Amino acid sequence: MAYTTFLPPEFRVVIDKEACLQCGRCVQQCGWSVYTWDEAERRPRPDHSKCSACHRCVTFCPGSAITVKHNELAFKRSDSMSPDLIKAVWKQAETGGVLLTGMGNDKPYLRIFDHLLLDACQVTNPSIDPLREPMEMRTFLGRKPDSLEVSTSGSSLRGTSVSPAASARLLTELDRQLQLETPIMFGGMSYGSVSLNVHRALAMAAAELGTFMNTGEGGLHADLEPYQDHIIVQCASGRFGVDTSYLQAGAAVEIKIGQGAKPGIGGHLPGEKIDYQVSITRMIPQGTDALSPAPHHDIYSIEDLRQLIYALKEATGYKPVSVKIAAVHNVAAIASGVVRAGADIVYLDGFRGGTGASPTIIRDHVGLPIEIAVATVDQRLRDEGIRNRASIVAAGGIRSSADVVKAIALGADACAIGTVALVALGCHVCQKCHTGCCSWGICTQRPELTRRLDPEWGASQVVNLVRAWTHEIAEVLGALGVNAIESLRGSRERLRGLGLDQTVLDVLGVKAAGS
Amino acid sequence: MNGREQSSPTPDSAAVRKVPTGPARRGPTGIEPARLTAGQPGTLRGATSRQGARVAIDARGIYYKTLNEQIREEIERGAREIVLNNVLGQRYIGTGLAFRGVTVIVNGVPGNDLAAFMNGPTLVVNDNAQDGVANTMNSGLVVINGNAGDVLGYGMRGGSVYVRGDVGYRVGIHMKAFGDSHPLIVIGGSARDFLGEYMAGGELVVLGLGQNEQAVVGSYVGTGMHAGVMYIRGEVAAHQLGKEVRLQAPAPEDELRIRQIIEDYCRVMGIDENEVLARPFVKVYPYTSRPYGRLYAY
Repeated sequence: MAYTTFLPPEFRVVIDKEACLQCGRCVQQCGWSVYTWDEAERRPRPDHSKCSACHRCVTFCPGSAITVKHNELAFKRSDSMSPDLIKAVWKQAETGGVLLTGMGNDKPYLRIFDHLLLDACQVTNPSIDPLREPMEMRTFLGRKPDSLEVSTSGSSLRGTSVSPAASARLLTELDRQLQLETPIMFGGMSYGSVSLNVHRALAMAAAELGTFMNTGEGGLHADLEPYQDHIIVQCASGRFGVDTSYLQAGAAVEIKIGQGAKPGIGGHLPGEKIDYQVSITRMIPQGTDALSPAPHHDIYSIEDLRQLIYALKEATGYKPVSVKIAAVHNVAAIASGVVRAGADIVYLDGFRGGTGASPTIIRDHVGLPIEIAVATVDQRLRDEGIRNRASIVAAGGIRSSADVVKAIALGADACAIGTVALVALGCHVCQKCHTGCCSWGICTQRPELTRRLDPEWGASQVVNLVRAWTHEIAEVLGALGVNAIESLRGSRERLRGLGLDQTVLDVLGVKAAGS
Repeated sequence: MNGREQSSPTPDSAAVRKVPTGPARRGPTGIEPARLTAGQPGTLRGATSRQGARVAIDARGIYYKTLNEQIREEIERGAREIVLNNVLGQRYIGTGLAFRGVTVIVNGVPGNDLAAFMNGPTLVVNDNAQDGVANTMNSGLVVINGNAGDVLGYGMRGGSVYVRGDVGYRVGIHMKAFGDSHPLIVIGGSARDFLGEYMAGGELVVLGLGQNEQAVVGSYVGTGMHAGVMYIRGEVAAHQLGKEVRLQAPAPEDELRIRQIIEDYCRVMGIDENEVLARPFVKVYPYTSRPYGRLYAY
């Protein structure tokens, strides 16, 4: 047999010979080794089969000579057996392996955010210009008390200038809160899956923006300690890098139960990615596989979860504890249990959330959209009278400031972004994170690649993005005639569904456009 | 509690105004079950008697949070040996405690998550312990002079746990070693199923003392294990093992290590080491450090 694989290249790298400066930069830039240098003809030769369409070469080609195109081979048309399915069969027939992928679900499921429209003020209720009037974007995440006890004893006397409010004193002891200057934070992405420079960039950005980055489950590298007031540390089933100093370093601790891209399954960072720095941060030997069990084996029930939440509170002097769960079918009931277990924050991760590596079958077929999860969880907690006991963070499929606004209107307190923060750092969403060859230095540990990402430049990119989104959110709030992000929370009356069926509208608690 | 708050006069009840902020309706579990055991939240503190660096605290009816605050306060005041009397189910004793050279002695049955995340101290329980002992423990020594429950030593990274009696299910899951830290669990009696699942480092020793003809360990021993070692005194059948581990007679270097572990354990426990060493051990070890390396198509 003469063939090595049935799989045709996914892309075709086209080099314009006229424009090519024969500088060889493409050879040097490509993390996937697509190019080899033809010494005789003094020009690069691409191996199309290795290309992931990450556009690193395209961006850095000084002659703008390179384009990447789909390798559009004609297959006999079939609505059932698409070329993608045929190729998947070939790949598994050739390897016998579980198909892996990176980033979020790319299948054409209904994008509910794109079928929700926001309201605005006209005539009867004046809108607000956020450029001229203050717009409160500050958000506090954490448990709010069921009631407040206020003492008004003291010097307040009728006729004096001391008002009762000035002499009032709060007696209720408030639980600790996370203070966000914008309702956007960063989702957990571990050092090991992403590079240390990504962590540095996000930590710097979080500190500058007055928000939080999240370590993911790969520990906290010593370089990030200056930013620890803006870092949420994660405690996942593998307990990588978790010790008392790690727990005490973070502003809050997050128990990761699940992840939107791969609900119900564990993680597996291959030994090749465990270099010296990753090893000391995760506190495991170099070159060994880092296996995260699918469940926490000390958590088989809500009561067990409560036990870990309070163990973490005891170990941290009662810092807020967030519990991250994937959006699954019974998410509302699960979230209710999570709140009753004592979580200060419920972090909901929708099925479009990204990942460094996931079996394709899980990523593409398991979970629920974040829109459904936020709406049902918020409603359930309100119905049960416990909504004040925890904040809701919506993540897993937040792609724009419009999504943030809509998620908050559906009931979230804040949103977390992962994929789009990486896109701001240069990610082209090629879905090859699991290969560790990322040419942009994001999802790799190869030193010649990771050094391409300058953390300070990266931080400024992310800061720009979040500031721009924050301005956009303020514009929308002004149009809605409210002057605080808090006034939008759970305000489903300001949303209308267009092109959604009645069942989905009922689940979302949103009216159809026109009604 | 800052100085300003402490110096303010206590308001009388007529001056206290309740301002509801949350929804009026309460959920079905207004009272949380954990608050009903081992004391109630509040200001009730355990009676304390001090003798130099030795402090005794009467834990009867003291809420766990208060008790643990008292322990930390006493250590900060210079206590080096803290005896907790009348302990009954208080959780999180020694949890997150990061002091070296401190010994905490628990008289009574402590609650779950004893010594979780503990980093340094010695903790002695003169009775049975419950679930979650030494969860993600970093360093130090835990001695249980009775039986212990499930999930002992989950994700444990360093230090030692000595149990005189039996342990429950899921013990030593995902223990891991790194650098100078090598976690060690020695179980005097028997262990139930799922012992050392996902084990990624460290040592797990089961002695089966007083077990006679009964099984020393349960089923699924070392499922997913990819580093570390188990030494089991007595017999283990093939059907009890997870599919990622193998069984063999200890090599000479294993015998040396077993002797060292047993000598240390017997000295602390007051047991005759020769009697323990008289019966042969078997070694359980992972056959690969990459059990799932060939699972995926890249």
